[in-house]
Amino acid sequence: MSGRLELQGLRKSFGGVVATDDVTLGFEPGTLSAIIGPNGAGKTTLFHLITGKLPVTAGRVLLDGAEITGLDRREIVRRGIGRAFQVANLFPSFSVQDSLAAALMAHAGRTAGLFSTFPPPDVQRQAEEVMELCGLTHLSRTEARHLSHGDQKLLDIALALALNPKVLLLDEPTAGMGPDERWRMIERVYRLWEARKLTLIFIEHDMDIVFKIAQSVRVLRYGAVLAEGTPEEVRRNPAVVEAYLGAEHAL
Amino acid sequence: MGFGRDSAIALAVLLVFILLEFTGLRSAGLVDFAIRFATFGLLALSLNLLIGSAGLVSFGHAAYFGMGAYSFGLLMQTGAWSVPAAILAAVAMTALLALVIGALCVRLSEIYFAFLTLAFQMLLHSLILSWIGLTGGDQGLMGGIPKPPFLGVDLARQDHLAAFSLFCLVASAVALRQILRSPFGAALRMLRDNPDRAAFLGLSVFRYRLAAFVIAGSFAGLAGVLMSLYVSGAFPSFAFWTTSGEAIFMIMLGGVSVFLGPLVGTAIFLMLNDWITAVTEHHGLFLGIILLIIVLGLRKGLLDFAVEHWRARRGNQP
Ligand SMILES: Nc1ncnc2c1ncn2[C@@H]1O[C@H](COP(=O)(O)OP(=O)(O)OP(=O)(O)O)[C@@H](O)[C@H]1O
Ligand SMILES: [Mg+2]
Repeated sequence: MSGRLELQGLRKSFGGVVATDDVTLGFEPGTLSAIIGPNGAGKTTLFHLITGKLPVTAGRVLLDGAEITGLDRREIVRRGIGRAFQVANLFPSFSVQDSLAAALMAHAGRTAGLFSTFPPPDVQRQAEEVMELCGLTHLSRTEARHLSHGDQKLLDIALALALNPKVLLLDEPTAGMGPDERWRMIERVYRLWEARKLTLIFIEHDMDIVFKIAQSVRVLRYGAVLAEGTPEEVRRNPAVVEAYLGAEHAL
Repeated sequence: MGFGRDSAIALAVLLVFILLEFTGLRSAGLVDFAIRFATFGLLALSLNLLIGSAGLVSFGHAAYFGMGAYSFGLLMQTGAWSVPAAILAAVAMTALLALVIGALCVRLSEIYFAFLTLAFQMLLHSLILSWIGLTGGDQGLMGGIPKPPFLGVDLARQDHLAAFSLFCLVASAVALRQILRSPFGAALRMLRDNPDRAAFLGLSVFRYRLAAFVIAGSFAGLAGVLMSLYVSGAFPSFAFWTTSGEAIFMIMLGGVSVFLGPLVGTAIFLMLNDWITAVTEHHGLFLGIILLIIVLGLRKGLLDFAVEHWRARRGNQP
């Protein structure tokens, strides 16, 4: 089974600000992990480094043992790392099904054709599969800009998923949602993970969600790893309790 | 499927026009209007490939219009070229010019792109003015353009020219629409909507934008050829910024988001222009005011507005 992601001594500084400080973490194939940490802890930056959106200052990123540090971000997508964004990053005038079809075709390098009609039937079928999996089928013809906030986040995840990644990074999939919507979203994410058996890493602020579904939790603070382990271990870790969770979550 | 339907509609439009024109209903006014409509309609339609679909607002589109007109005129004046061959050559030369200018412009962000396209157009315009030996300078390409008949088409006759121009417009419209429907067209729209994510998915922003620039330039070159046939010459004003401005004006009148919007805009623009020129000499002022009213009043082109309105009404019905 593939999809092992390893970060070795990863470091990123913006001028004087150290956003990622010597992060060494391993994610086993097919696991479901959460990354938590207060605002500004460097969670999103870590995803930028893994996906090649930002160059690393030092350290290495390995996917299934092969180094991918410094590769072009398209190449990193092609190697199998998918990513959804903290703020949904979509094609506003495309319907849901066309967004997915367009993503699939761009990824497969099939957008040069002038004489065929977009989308071709085989791509259309793939797009339908992804919509089915993400529960977007009933919205297939709705333009992305007319979707609700939650469905936009879902489409963003679907776009990443369409490219069949081995590792999927979700940056706050439930950001900006009400309590009910959050749980619906996270159930979807959980089912996606079960169905696709991929290595899923998500950033989340809601501790109830994290402790309920994650197999392992990594805690970041000031860009460095403060703690890691199972939800139980992290919940009991005194440093975490003191630094981050506060009184309401302590034991 | 879509392509077949478009072609059928295009053929029907053309046949209706030719029937009208050659069965006694014709008037000199209609024939003249048809030629100008086809010429400027094609120019506006080609520019809207950039503005509406690729999200590239070019201020210098008339450069390719002028290039097509001058290339065609000069080739025909040598006396060695047939009309179809000269058209192909003129369009090819325009495409080459668009390739060179586009390669320098499409990497730039919006405002720099707009101004650099404008700058290259002004460069071409001054070149036309100063290279008097070739272009006739500000007098334009004089002495008329020979139009030897081909395949029974005699473009020296206005009625033939009108039918031919309309044929070029309709065939180009079908081709442009197919381009928009194709995977390539989808890629252009992705780049317009969200270049960052599109690049992330593997699209080359540069290559796709350049291809769109060259395609749009080529069709503008064909429009220039029609213009040169119409006036039997070529003038520096074809490549002046006012011509680019008029094309943008037509698109704004008709609408960017509907395929036929620019053609509706062209028709309105030409009719307004004819009418206003007849009643006042300050026609620029009046056209400007009308554009302001439409842009500020509707905040979109007429066809954009109509289609949205229609969709909203249809959506409201249970
Ligand atoms: N492009 C940048 N230039 C300078 N500083 C940056 C840049 N991006 C992030 N930072 C800084 O790096 C730190 C980490 O930011 P990051 O966005 O990774 O935090 P985060 O953990 O995702 O926070 P949040 O929970 O609010 O999303 C912050 O102090 C931020 O100000
Ligand atoms: Mg963040």
